[in-house]
Order: sequence, then structure tokens, then C-alpha cells
Amino acid sequence: MSGAAPHLVLDRLTRRFGEARPAVNAVSLEIAAGELVALIGASGSGKTTTLRMVAGYETPDAGAVLLDGRDITSLPPQRRRFGMVFQHYALFPHLTVGQNVAFGLEARGIARRERMSRAADALAGVGLAGAGGRQIQSLSGGEQQRVALARALVIEPPVLLLDEPLSNLDPTLRRSTREELRATLRRLGVTALFVTHDQEDAFAVADRVALLAAGRLLQVGTAETLYDRPANRDVATFIGRSTLVPGTFDGDSITVQLGGAARRLRAAPAPAVAHGPATAVLRPDALGFSPPDGIDAWTGVVQERRFAGALLAYRVRVAGDIDLEVHSTVRDVQPGDTVNIRVTREPVAVVS
Amino acid sequence: MFAAPVLLVLLWSVVYPNLSIVVGSFEHGLRSWREFASSPTDLEALRTTLIIAVGSVIAAVAVGLPLAFLLTRVDFRGRRVLSAVATLPAALPPLVGVVAFLFLYGESGVITRGVQALLGLDHAPWTLNGVGAIIFVHAYTMYVYVFLFVSAGLERLDTSLDEAAAGLGASRWHALRRVTLPLLTPSIAGSMLLVFMSALGSFSAPYIFGGGLRVLSTQIVASKLNGAMDLAYVETTVLAVGAIAALILLRWFERRRTYAVSTKGTVVRARLHSPTARLLAPIVGAILVVILILPHAMVILVSFARDGTWTTQVLPPEYTLDNFRRLATDSDLLVPIWNSVSMTAIATALDIVVCFVAAYLLVLRRFRVRWLLAILVALPWAIPGTAIAIGLASTFDRTSLASARVLLVGTFWILPLAYFVRGVPLVSSATEGSLRQMDPSLEDAARGLGASWWLTMRRVVLPAARPGLVAGAMLAAITAVGEFVASIVLFTHANRPISMEILSQLRNFAFGTAAAFSVVLIALVLAITLAARWAEGRWSRAEAVVIQ
Repeated sequence: MSGAAPHLVLDRLTRRFGEARPAVNAVSLEIAAGELVALIGASGSGKTTTLRMVAGYETPDAGAVLLDGRDITSLPPQRRRFGMVFQHYALFPHLTVGQNVAFGLEARGIARRERMSRAADALAGVGLAGAGGRQIQSLSGGEQQRVALARALVIEPPVLLLDEPLSNLDPTLRRSTREELRATLRRLGVTALFVTHDQEDAFAVADRVALLAAGRLLQVGTAETLYDRPANRDVATFIGRSTLVPGTFDGDSITVQLGGAARRLRAAPAPAVAHGPATAVLRPDALGFSPPDGIDAWTGVVQERRFAGALLAYRVRVAGDIDLEVHSTVRDVQPGDTVNIRVTREPVAVVS
Repeated sequence: MFAAPVLLVLLWSVVYPNLSIVVGSFEHGLRSWREFASSPTDLEALRTTLIIAVGSVIAAVAVGLPLAFLLTRVDFRGRRVLSAVATLPAALPPLVGVVAFLFLYGESGVITRGVQALLGLDHAPWTLNGVGAIIFVHAYTMYVYVFLFVSAGLERLDTSLDEAAAGLGASRWHALRRVTLPLLTPSIAGSMLLVFMSALGSFSAPYIFGGGLRVLSTQIVASKLNGAMDLAYVETTVLAVGAIAALILLRWFERRRTYAVSTKGTVVRARLHSPTARLLAPIVGAILVVILILPHAMVILVSFARDGTWTTQVLPPEYTLDNFRRLATDSDLLVPIWNSVSMTAIATALDIVVCFVAAYLLVLRRFRVRWLLAILVALPWAIPGTAIAIGLASTFDRTSLASARVLLVGTFWILPLAYFVRGVPLVSSATEGSLRQMDPSLEDAARGLGASWWLTMRRVVLPAARPGLVAGAMLAAITAVGEFVASIVLFTHANRPISMEILSQLRNFAFGTAAAFSVVLIALVLAITLAARWAEGRWSRAEAVVIQ
């Protein structure tokens, strides 16, 4: 991504709806050509509003949207030529599948035979070859989503925008669909920005992930970066599972004291964490069981054991008051057992 | 259980009279029908009726459709005022509306005289007469149907469909043509049929403005007055069949309204950009508001005019409170008011009882002849008021237990019966609507908890039905209190309602008194509306307190 001029730029986008705090607060983001970026966050975090500002359905109160360096903030959606996939697909109920997909071409004045043929190609590209004559009402949820995608892609948009593209699909369908989605988008080399509240969807489909909370952009980066090096406490708690424990940070390590046992762990600090009191982010996959005489281990009692297929999730009470979540492939530990927990992967993320 | 009595009541009051008309039309074989088909006046009446109906549909759509789009999709200064007034014409009793048009646009009307004076002409610039006049009046009252249907359709439209169309590059016009209008077709078509049915049975406007014009509804009354009952039966049957055909088409269209709406975004109103548009829009809006309120304002104005003084001037020259004073003191003048109020009360009470049971049966119970009940409650809506009146007049003109007839003609009771019949579709469809929103398992839950049938009705079903019951009863009462069409066929001097009094005052050129009665009618409509709102508000507040 370095060196190439950014394809789509969000520059300090702000939107107020008359309440105390802005719904979107100076969000800036650069997306390279062909990149897939996910906007994630809790509901109310401003991610959908941000997407709608990029699409042109909302006018920002401040900030700009730039495409290849050109300021398109004042252009209405019709002129931006972005493809958009809506959360509930917004398929035209009175048109057939083929007519739906061809609608954008029809709006451009392309002749009937050509646009229907291009629509047929687009449908084949999403695995719905030959479905052009069907009625919308006869489609399943997954099929509707693919029609919506084909409709957005057939106009060859510079940017594809997707609003919760997988949220309406049931879990099994979701998994296969998100793989297909990523494959299709990569194959076409489309630049895409999509909004989702599901981290797994974001991690599976996107190249980079941007986390929004309360209208502000907290961090942008690959999924791994957000997981291993969260920029602050909010990111650490939102992404994945973790236990936050207090410690003392000295610049390149953090000393964590639990139940009288202090351990010094290599630190991967967030920016601007000061020396002194700080917080260590202990990920469940970075903790493990160790034999009773293991050094660097904390002693605790297992409170809960949950089978989750490939792993088991244990909740271990250490030092009588802190519960650590541990994911392990070890199976023969039961609630009530006394165990030793150690950090198996360093460095450990540190936030203030 | 309850199906039987309700069915019987409806069969007796709705089907029987109308069936006897149809039967009566064949009493002498096909002779009456041949008479109809060969009579130039009758054929002309048929043709004119159809022309007026079609013309009214075109006019109502021409006004109602753009207005619905304007008020739903565009934001401009004064929009709220225009929205509030947009449905006002529907609240005007038909006869009062016609009278108001007479005062405004008639040969001696204010607007007519005003334009005449302005342009320096020595005779009226137009005459409010004939097909054009009737369509003009219909456009004013019936555009509301189109406006309401299309507005509701627009509000139900998934806004993300518009956004999708825009995002795919469709211009506003392309999106309108290929997305919005096709999806609105059921609403538009439904309202067109409703206008058609109303125009078909319209009586007041042709009666007062027709001049020498004949339409089927006025022909029916004329035939009856001439004693040519057989011909009247044929004419009534033709009119009723036309209206019922339209109703069937309407129902078919309603069933086609199957496009499921998944999400309903907030309605986004476009703001006007060009400065000329921003300047023009409020002005146009203001003009429209004035045009819409003018009839009501006119009626109120004339009610204060001294009888007999308004001859050739633009506006009535002398004003007085006498008209109202006489209304309040002259016992003879109070009779029609009391008649209308009491007959409305009786009819509405009966409507509430019968239609609650009918709606309950239709929504919550399955039984063999349910389809029959559904048709019975919808039928009086299709059959024009004149036809209903003729049916009642010919059926209940004697007492004969063998043929289940009771002498009602010439008595007080025939008018409440007519009002009751006309109110059935209103109350039952509104109540059905409310009951459909109730979770059907509530009834089972109550019974399972040990509640008796009566307790369940009172505490579970009735509260659920109440909003529809109140709204429907309100509409039925408003229709009954100003009813004219059936009244003119069935009234007697003793039970003459307000509408007949207005007519007779007009015939005596006592415009002020006629207008005063019209104001009373408007006031009664307002009172009924407020009473209904207040009652519903009080009951739902009482429930809210209990729930907390």
C-alpha cells in the first residue's frame, strides 16, 4: 500500500444530528486501490453514517471525501457512480433478477440487449448463472445478497460500498458467503469499504480494519495489528477477548503482580503509554497451563470450563480476585482444580 | 352462536332490499329492461354518469397525485399548514360542500361576481352547470381519496429502494418512472376505483348543479316520484351493478399489493434549491390552502347574512346573528337538528353492536359461511346510497310476516335503518383492522387462565377492537348526520334531517338560514370528531395507568 496514491480518502468527516456529541467525529481514512477495508464498531458508533457519507446519502457537516484526489463531497449519489450493497439488499420487488442487475446500466442508457447480456455475466460471476428470469420473491437470503452484489458490480464502480453485507445470513451460510465475497472482490480487484458489527466477518474479508467508537476512529490496521497492538484500552476490549490487569510499565516490559507473584513480561506498548502504572492486555490464546513447579506461573482455581470445539475456554481465578480467561487444547482440567497459568506468548500488549 | 343473528340482521337489511330491487326489475319479464334500453333519457343518463365518473377520476388524480408527492417528498415553508388542510374537503358533508360551491362559484357566487366585476363584464363569466361543474365539485371532494392512498403508499415505500436507484446512477425522473410509480400502482389504482365508485353514486352535485342534466342517481329519484317503480328498479340495478363491479376490481387490486416492505426508513424530504422555487412554493401553497378552506369559510360567512338581502352584490351586504338566534329559539327549526342527532345516535349504536360481532367473527373465528359475512359487510359500500334507499323503500312498504317485511316507510325508523346500513362497511372494516393487530393467542391465554367468555370479551377483545370501533363509528356518525342521498328518498316531514332542511331553505332562497344549518352540521361533525378523540384518549390513558 505504500507508494501508491490512495484511491479513496475520507478526510476528517464529521456529522452531527443535533445531539451533544457528533455521530461521526473527524474520521480520516485512506484506502488504496483494490484494498478491502472494514469499518467495525458497536451500534451507534457512527460506522453506517460514515459509509452513507461516502456514498453521498448524507452530507457531512465538515470534512471531505476524495476519489483519486478529486473532491466529490458535493456530488449526489447518482454522480459518484459507487456501487452500494444495502443491508436489506433493496432489490426492486417489481423487477426480475436480471432487470434488477441491469438497472444501473439501464439508467446509463445502455441498450437492452447489451445490458441484459452484461447482467447475465455478472450473475454468473456471483454463482447465479441463468437466474435472470426469476422473481425476487423466490430468492433465498443468500441468493438475494448475491443479486445485490451483482447489481452493484455490473456498473464497474470505482469503489464498492457494503452495509452489513453478511448480517442477514444465518451462521453457516455466513461463513461460506464471506469467503466467496472476499474471493470475488479480490478477483475483480475492486476497492471496497464495508461496515459490519461482526469482528469475525471483518477479519475474514478485509485487508485492513478500522475501529470506530462513539463517532471517533480509534485505530486502523490489519486485524493482527489491532489484536496484538491495540492503540488504547477501548480497542483492546472491543477486539477479541482479553483480561486487563494492572501493572508497572518501564519502557520495554511490564511487571504484573497477581496474588503476591510478580512477573515481568516483554511489552508491546500502545503509543504514548507513560512509564509507571499501566495495563497489560492478556489474551486467552497467550495464556496456558504450566506444571506445578513452573516458574513465571500464577496459581489459581478453575471456575468454569467451556467446550468450544477446537479449544476449551477456562475461567481461572487467580489471586482470589482476578479471573483470567485461558484458551487451551488441554482437556483434562475440571472446575475446582488448582492450576498454574503462565504467559505463553510475548510481547504482551500494554495500554494506559 | 352469534354468527346466526348477525348474519340474519345483515341479510335482512342489506341483501333482501337489494335483491328485491333486482327481482322487481324482472317483475314483468324483460319489459322494464327493454324500456330502459330504448329510452333515450335513460341511455343519456347512463352515458352521462359514466362520463362524469371517468372525468372525476381523471380530475381527482390530476390534483391528488402531485399533491401527495409534493407534501411527502418536498420540504417548503408552509408545508405543515397545507398538510393539515389537505384532507379538509373530506370532512365536509356532501350537501354542504355543494351548497358552498354554489355560494362561491354559482351564478350569483362570490368568486363569479368578483371576477365579473374585476374584468368589467356585464354577465357572469361562467355558469356552474353541467358535466364540467359536477366534475369540478367532485375534484374538490374526491381528490382526498387519491391524496390519502398515494401518501400512504409513498410513506410505506422502502426508502432504501430510492437510494439504491440513485446509487446505481438513475436520475430522479428515471427512478420515479421505473421504481416509485410502478410500486405505487396498487395505491393509485385503488384510489381511482374508489373515486369512480363515489362519482357513480354521487347525487348532491348532479341534483343541484346538473341543470337539465340527467344522471342515473337523479333519474332513479325522478322515476320513483313519477311512480314508475319498475323503471326505477332497473335503473337502480344498473347503477348498483356498475358500482359492485368497481368494488370487485378494487378488492382484486388490494390483494395484489403484495410487495413486502422490509425496512421503512424515515421519510426524507428534499429541500428546494433554486431561489425561484423557494419563493414560489410557499405562494403556491398559500393559494392552495385558501382554495381548500374557501368553501368552509364561505358557508360560515353566509350563515351570518340576512336572508333575502344577497341578490346581486359580490358579497352579502347585511350581516346578522338572527339566523342562529332563530335556530336556537324556533322549535320548528330545531326539529331537524334533533332528528339528525337522534337518528345518527340510534344508527351508530346499532352499527357498533352488529359490526363488533361481525368483525370478531370475521377475524377470530372460522366458520362455514364466513365468506358470506365478508361480502355482506362490504356490500353497502358499493351500492350507492340511492339504491339502498330505493331498496328499503320498496321492501319495507308493508307488514307481512310471510315475506319478513315490516312497514317502515313513512315511519321514523326507516332513516336510522338506512343510516345503519350505510355505516356497516365503515365500522366493520375499521374494527377488523384493529382486531387483526391483536395477537389471536391472547384470547386463548385469557380462557386458559379461567376467564369466562364474557370477561374475555370485555377485557381482552373489546379493548383491542376499540380504536377501530371508535374510528369507524366516528366515520359512520359523520356520514349519517349529514346524510342526504338516502334521506331525500325516504324522509317524512316528521323525521326530516338537517340535509333536507338545508334543501328546503335553499328552495326558499333563505341562503342565510341554509348556511346557518350547514354551520350547525359542520359543528356537529367537529363535535363527533373531538368526542371520538377524547374518548379514545381517555380510555387508552386509563389503560396506560393500569399497565404501570
